[in-house]
Amino acid sequence: MSEQLTLSPRQRQDLCTIAAMIVPASEEYRVPGADDGVIQADILATLGRDTRPVVAALEHLARLAGMPLADLAPDARNAVAQEFRKAGGAPAATLVRVVLQCYYRDDRVLRSLGIEQRAPFPKGHVLPDGDWTLLDPVKARGGALRRAP
Amino acid sequence: MKDPVDVLIIGAGASGAAMAWSLAETKMHILCLEQGGWMNPAEYPSTGRDWEAKFYGEWSSSPNVRGRPEDYPINDDNSPIKVVNYNAVGGSTVMYTAHWPRLHPSDFKVKTLDGVADDWPIDYDALTPFFEENDRMMGTSGLSGDPLSPLTHPPMPQQPMGLSGAIIGKAMNERGWHWWPSDTTVATMDYEGRARCINLGHCTPACAQGAKSSTDITYWPHAIRAGVELRTHCRVREITTDENGMASGVVYYDKDGVEQFQPAHVVIIACNGVGTPRLLLNSASSRFPNGLANSSGLVGKNLMFHPYAQIYGYVKEPTDSNRAPPTCLWSKEWYDTDLSRGFVRGYGVQFVRGAGPVFEAVVSEQKGILPWGEEHHRAFRKLNGHRLGFSAICEDLPEEHNQVTLDPVLKDSHGIPAPKIDYTISENSRKMMEHALARGREVLETAGATDICINSPIPWGGWHLLGTARMGTDPERSVVNEWGRAHDVKNLFIVDGSIFVTSGGVNPTSTIQALALYIADQMKQRLANLFD
Repeated sequence: MSEQLTLSPRQRQDLCTIAAMIVPASEEYRVPGADDGVIQADILATLGRDTRPVVAALEHLARLAGMPLADLAPDARNAVAQEFRKAGGAPAATLVRVVLQCYYRDDRVLRSLGIEQRAPFPKGHVLPDGDWTLLDPVKARGGALRRAP
Repeated sequence: MKDPVDVLIIGAGASGAAMAWSLAETKMHILCLEQGGWMNPAEYPSTGRDWEAKFYGEWSSSPNVRGRPEDYPINDDNSPIKVVNYNAVGGSTVMYTAHWPRLHPSDFKVKTLDGVADDWPIDYDALTPFFEENDRMMGTSGLSGDPLSPLTHPPMPQQPMGLSGAIIGKAMNERGWHWWPSDTTVATMDYEGRARCINLGHCTPACAQGAKSSTDITYWPHAIRAGVELRTHCRVREITTDENGMASGVVYYDKDGVEQFQPAHVVIIACNGVGTPRLLLNSASSRFPNGLANSSGLVGKNLMFHPYAQIYGYVKEPTDSNRAPPTCLWSKEWYDTDLSRGFVRGYGVQFVRGAGPVFEAVVSEQKGILPWGEEHHRAFRKLNGHRLGFSAICEDLPEEHNQVTLDPVLKDSHGIPAPKIDYTISENSRKMMEHALARGREVLETAGATDICINSPIPWGGWHLLGTARMGTDPERSVVNEWGRAHDVKNLFIVDGSIFVTSGGVNPTSTIQALALYIADQMKQRLANLFD
């Protein structure tokens, strides 16, 4: 495994390309793709302990593609992506997870999903207390603990 | 040399904290050594926008992933269930679901009732007052009167049913199956200086509000006010013994990494079902060549995890997602033995309200139900905020080949040999898990769920670390006696989950703490002849 602790320009380019293949932009939902500049910057800024497996994943991706991923024809690019996800193991899973965890905290994406763009604390959330008469059948049925000698 | 203390407790988690608080009234000099430090709620995940990402790194439930200086590595390669824990003041109560069932009275008599494993040397009634005392100290919420659970008296009302609870309740009613609001240690009203729950949502990895009970904010403030000394960032390497075979103290590394010796008249281990056997095995000496308190050969044996059989799916209605504590309801429908099911013993169920968007995306992509490309967005909107889960906590029976030993190579940051886990899921447990998955599928389908997925076992589900220094009256078949004292070393006590004889089918923390309080009470009653 590589000891490299930063991504090379080529790796950043491939990361951007594969991210867009995972989550493309959508006009219908009015959301950017995961190749969006803000999301990519978030990924690179917060890689931290995931840097090593992500670098390994990108090295694997580069071997599969043989050239910058974006330069492949669409069919070939899709085939590489499928093979990467199928055989990439833990490093590929880490790369995908890193893309998704940054994508799904982006303000524009959360807004599209109807989720408030904030930390859970200190506002929290409100839950309906619910209709506890739903328990009535359970109470009516009753029951008993198994007896212990 | 340091002055000796009367009582030295190793570990400031669930049981160590309860023990320290209970013994404090004796006015003895009590010292607790904890390898972790005090937590800072201002740094808990829910205070940041990146709260979900933290679960994959510094707030992972796995010490191997987390890798904080306070953690020690665990070789669990030879186990389908990985150990999860937390090392700090409060121990794993900092990072737990706060689900608060008790073992049932029948769980203490499994040999008599079902002809398997062994009976405990104590019964439920012996623990009843300590369950009650512990519930007051930890601050529980729930609804008294569950016909299929031991009677409890939670001082606070149950959590809201929420959206998820209503869907589950209706489905269970349609099936005619038992369900009930869970007892939890989530404060539903202001309680003893703790603020009520405001549904931060993902309270397993610590509660910034302080609504979820952990011993750093419950027992410890009381214990310290009563005079107990708590020394943090102190990792114990071994327990030493004197020429009479009595524990004489411990060797530990202080916060600066300097080796220290702390003499003590009584040593109490509260390090959980992995940390405790590790410490005992690391305390081997010429007098105790197989490890301390191990004349039975059972230190580290009979590890029980509770294999979790989890099944979940997605309903059309919105669920609570990450907007509530993860668990709200339980079921004991399949708790007791029914041999027509093809296995002995049973399982409890905890229902799961949902998941946050990052977790949903990551897990669903891995499960293959969230595609890449153009279909991604449509699929995600169908999944996110619509998940319901059914998790069966399957009773693990003790088997000696499931064990904790010392890894011959792996060591922690102080050079102390790390624990190694060898564990397989038994045939009985597998049948139980299959049964649970089938029932879970029926519940979910009744609720209208689709895209049903399974985690069986939950791989990162080794929360419950039990049985590795079991209690009993026979020194050849147990490590500690019926009040927690080591058969081999008369001033050495064990009070954590390692003394469980069997595991029951419920989360064990309530019972672990009740046991610790019971043992403390036994010690207080016997102070004049504690070593006889």
